[in-house]
Amino acid sequence: MTLVFQPRDDVLSWGRAHRGRQSLGRPADASELRAWAAVDKGPRLARGLGRSYGDSGLHAEGRLIDMTCLDRFRSFDAMTGLLRAQAGLSLDTLLKVTAPQGWFVPVTPGTRHVTLGGAVAHDVHGKNHSWAGTFGRHVRALSLLRSDRGLIEITPQSDPELFAATVGGMGLTGLIVEVTLQLTAIASTDLVVETLPLGGLDDFFALNLQSLERFEQTVAWIDCAQRGSKLGLGVYTRANWATDGGCVAQGDRRGPSLPFEAPSFALNRVSLSLFNQAYRAVQLARPRRARLAYGDVFYPLDAVQNWNRLYGRSGFYQYQSVVPHQGGREALADMLRIIGRSGEGSPLVVLKTFGALASPGMLSFPRPGYTLALDFRNRGQATQALLARLDAVVRAAKGALYPAKDGRMPRDMFALSFPQAQRFLTYRDPACGSDFLTRMGL
Amino acid sequence: MAKQVIILGGLSAVAVATARLYAAQGATLAIAARREDELELLAADLRVRGAAAVTPFALDLATADPGADLPRMAAGLGGCDLILIAYGALTDQARGETDLGYAAEQLTTNFTSAAGWALAAANLLEAQGQGALVVLGSVAGDRGRRSNFIYGAAKAGLGVLIQGLAHRLAPTGARAVLIKPGFIDTPMTAHLAKGGPLWAQPEAIAKVIAKAATAGGPIIYAPSFWRLILLAIRLAPAGLFHRTRL
Repeated sequence: MTLVFQPRDDVLSWGRAHRGRQSLGRPADASELRAWAAVDKGPRLARGLGRSYGDSGLHAEGRLIDMTCLDRFRSFDAMTGLLRAQAGLSLDTLLKVTAPQGWFVPVTPGTRHVTLGGAVAHDVHGKNHSWAGTFGRHVRALSLLRSDRGLIEITPQSDPELFAATVGGMGLTGLIVEVTLQLTAIASTDLVVETLPLGGLDDFFALNLQSLERFEQTVAWIDCAQRGSKLGLGVYTRANWATDGGCVAQGDRRGPSLPFEAPSFALNRVSLSLFNQAYRAVQLARPRRARLAYGDVFYPLDAVQNWNRLYGRSGFYQYQSVVPHQGGREALADMLRIIGRSGEGSPLVVLKTFGALASPGMLSFPRPGYTLALDFRNRGQATQALLARLDAVVRAAKGALYPAKDGRMPRDMFALSFPQAQRFLTYRDPACGSDFLTRMGL
Repeated sequence: MAKQVIILGGLSAVAVATARLYAAQGATLAIAARREDELELLAADLRVRGAAAVTPFALDLATADPGADLPRMAAGLGGCDLILIAYGALTDQARGETDLGYAAEQLTTNFTSAAGWALAAANLLEAQGQGALVVLGSVAGDRGRRSNFIYGAAKAGLGVLIQGLAHRLAPTGARAVLIKPGFIDTPMTAHLAKGGPLWAQPEAIAKVIAKAATAGGPIIYAPSFWRLILLAIRLAPAGLFHRTRL
């Protein structure tokens, strides 16, 4: 069988703001991928489950390789927690197998519907950054299918430079085919979660101070519609894995799916404000201390399939920035003031802390500081202008933006965010590219 | 209860999904397919997913000897609850109409060889007095259509054979079932435009197969709404049908 590529207009990124034709092929297995790669040296980019928000996972000038059929477990040692699998395996499937045996991914993003390859390519982070750092810190080996060198196996020891380029390298150093990952032992598949009110931004910093050392998982949800004295109103959640109760398989419990794109007026200043107030009330109505299954703690949004259609036909931009601890408080306040005044923003605003553990990738996003992430429905120029005002705050604070979420950052923001970009480019697979890379002029 | 399962054509998307479903239940599996390297990869995958044991058999099902090979697989398992025949080639209809050698080869793979395995399976299950033979057919076998009647003819022939085996096995405790899937979203159908409610995921077909292994049949459409669609297609008068391009 030869790999067939189809022109597709329905291959979108999660933000749905970038429309256009993509050419997509889906190899049935690793043999088919290798057979194709042996004869085709043309431009390509691997695609996983399409959870990147902007254009880092698209490649209009080349071909997208859907990696999701390369989803074989290679080996798993239930004594040591060392796992090797093909890169198209989803965290969802991985956890269904390993969690009941007492092993969890050391770092998880806010959805389990990402592939191992995607998690490596964006060196994803979770709510436990202060304790565990990024996903890439736990990767022990990678196999990479390059257009110039064929199939190669790399470890942080064997090829530290190429490894550092590949972790967080947005799939541009070759097709990631296999990943060896060290999982973390858990005594229970539940977490003990504390939910606390945030009256304002100061509360966040105070709670952070007493929580980061005692709780592995910490995250704040912020009501971005609030202004003035209520700026930073929200909910603080902190959690540790339960130490008893055993490990049980957790089913899909897939909730409703948003069957079509919401009309553009669905999300407005009034509905946003009402939703946020209700959401906060529901969160705080929970017992202050509760035992919850991991799915409810890490993946609440997975319960609503296709929630990204909420923002309508034009899609949305996610804006995730990090600002250093030094001066971070003022920068966060400035950004929240700008967002509050605009009446834009979304119900899903997340504020997390990045600790001191170094990220392994040349293009890894996490670095010490505070990271704020929220969505903005795409209203064209008005949205672009608003995000440019946020850029100015991030720039002044010497912060950075996250390419996995981005669909619009100016080139100078990328250069400021990633001083190692030029060094990274020397490790790029000459055949790999993306719409993001093209937009950055690289 | 842990099961013993034999899957012939173990690398097709539906077969992989079915094997994984049984692996998660702790089953013991024998899987046969042509490509040895991919077969070994799948075997390792199934072991991690919970299979008690997996024995790969690298062989070309179209030319192997079912009468000898199938009992060998079953003996390794110590009996078997399910024999799934899941291999087949999606025939290039246009090529088959002019390249008669190719057409004959396709008919051999999709009907003659599959029939050989089915007959061997029936003998084995009949002797056991239990277990199910489940065979993947196709809705293409329900009515000859210009777009795929070479493939359809092979699947129709296989359908009658399985129906007959189901009849023969009825008094023995063993069973034979033909599954007729509609459109399945797999790499084999990647060249077709997709989307909409008619396309099923391989995992959904796998669930139908597992259910069919214990009850129902002898002919099961997957998903079940295809029974109505195909009823309409079969009943359409030729005068009307010949004006379509189906």
